[in-house]
Amino acid sequence: MIHAIEQFAAIAATVLFIFALYWMNDPKTARRGVYAGVAGMAVAIAATWIQPEIIHHAWILLAIAAGFAVGVPLSRVPLTAVPQRTALSHAFGGLAAGLVGTAEYYLWLHEGPEQFTIFRMSALVVEIILGFLTFTGSLMAAGKLQEVRWIPQRPVTYLGQNFVNLGVLAAAVVLGVLLVLYPTAAWAGRAFPLIIALALLFGILLIIPIGGADMPTVISILNSYAGLAAVAMGFVLDSKLLVTAGALDGSSGLILSIIMCRAMNRSFTNVLFGAFGSVKKVKAGGEQKEWKQESVEGAAQLLEQASQVVVIPGYGMAVAQAQHKVRELYDQLTKRGVTVRFAIHPVAGRMPGHMNVLLAEADIPYPALVEMDEINPEMPQCDVALVIGANDVVNPAARTVTDSPIYGMPIIEADKAKTVLAIKRSKNPGFAGIDNELYVQDNTWMLFGDAKSVIGELVKQFAGSGFH
Amino acid sequence: MTDYWSMLFVFVLATFIGLGVIRRVSRLLYTPLMSLTNAISAIAVVGSLVVAGADYPKTIRILGAIALFASMTNIISGFLITDRMLKMFKKK
Repeated sequence: MIHAIEQFAAIAATVLFIFALYWMNDPKTARRGVYAGVAGMAVAIAATWIQPEIIHHAWILLAIAAGFAVGVPLSRVPLTAVPQRTALSHAFGGLAAGLVGTAEYYLWLHEGPEQFTIFRMSALVVEIILGFLTFTGSLMAAGKLQEVRWIPQRPVTYLGQNFVNLGVLAAAVVLGVLLVLYPTAAWAGRAFPLIIALALLFGILLIIPIGGADMPTVISILNSYAGLAAVAMGFVLDSKLLVTAGALDGSSGLILSIIMCRAMNRSFTNVLFGAFGSVKKVKAGGEQKEWKQESVEGAAQLLEQASQVVVIPGYGMAVAQAQHKVRELYDQLTKRGVTVRFAIHPVAGRMPGHMNVLLAEADIPYPALVEMDEINPEMPQCDVALVIGANDVVNPAARTVTDSPIYGMPIIEADKAKTVLAIKRSKNPGFAGIDNELYVQDNTWMLFGDAKSVIGELVKQFAGSGFH
Repeated sequence: MTDYWSMLFVFVLATFIGLGVIRRVSRLLYTPLMSLTNAISAIAVVGSLVVAGADYPKTIRILGAIALFASMTNIISGFLITDRMLKMFKKK
């Protein structure tokens, strides 16, 4: 009877999880999705907890209390830190899968070696390798995003890097296969920690050569791994609920990874083993064109006389926390009858959807947020394209310079607008270290400075005297 | 003994359901989507619950309790931050 309750709860939770994701298809119904997810989770936890084999309740309560103590503050981070938080949660997911796999292995090694079928043992090896490599990989990614001091931000590459990385992974896999074949051999109990160590090491090595511009893709791939680790855990524990929920997470990560890769015109292997950021600058041949700098007053005038303004935000807007000032500018311009829209590149920022969340936080209505494919055909009618801290995603070199590392990447065609205003923190090239032709175009005017203060100045121009 | 084929069957079907549902998710909501799926995949909590709470040797249960803590953190922070972000998306 009590076992039937558990089975029934698993089915109910599965249905609720699928609805949770289904309701995410529209911002209007999305919050319902969260409630469905919470309900599914509560049902599944309750039905497991009441099972008779669970007797140490104090331990469980303690662990849950600790989860609350850490989880609640983690949910209140500023939205600019959401990429780090997400990477951290992938790390926790990987860790949980890895630890449960380890616990089950030693449990069966001592108490029930007949449990070690080839299938289960294979799933267990996949679970710990994926779990632990996701753990360290995601920690590294979170560290890079948080700009922790001893983790290098720039991609670190060295000769034979891919050889070393794949060697470490191959060693873990070979040991894993041996363990599948001889799970109870005399050396097995010692080989197991070695696999864990290799997986942990591989996770670190995998992220070392990754730069900030690749983070949206890498976070999506780690998301997928965390889901697959949960699937493997489901196979080990014989739980269809775990397999289903893990598969939902895994396929979500997979779809996001594919979208991110397409948005950069790169393949998975190229992201993971290509070390994007280390590419040398495009050769500085030909005449060196000069920037043209514009004053805040001039920029405000340009914006006021426009009828169509397209704002193109990038990571620079997030770093400067400029989204609220952007909202004020949006208000000032719409009040004057200017149509303002926001063009969102899929890989703008440090994770999928990063810009949308920041702009939504600043109360910009979501119908004003437009996707790249939708806005590009309209760019020639746009009077002013206002680029805020975006660089590679508006670089026309992606269309024209065949030997550029970003060649072929779909971009927001800011260069086709009648006038371009670009706010840039410094005169250095962007994260990928590539020169941007857009900034020296005839119709481009630069505003140098921190995005937040530059836009603040612009807003002052509108709010203050002179403009009606 | 476990019926492995039916487990694989579930996995394949769930993956396709996942692909079908996720493909329809609004592009605006990719960040909350990621935190939501993350919270959902923390269903690994049911595995940790058994390892931490059943009558197993102490070292095993310690591993289970740490895993339970990690999953619980993901559930709590995942659902809370998803809702916090979704609240911000307004039409007007």
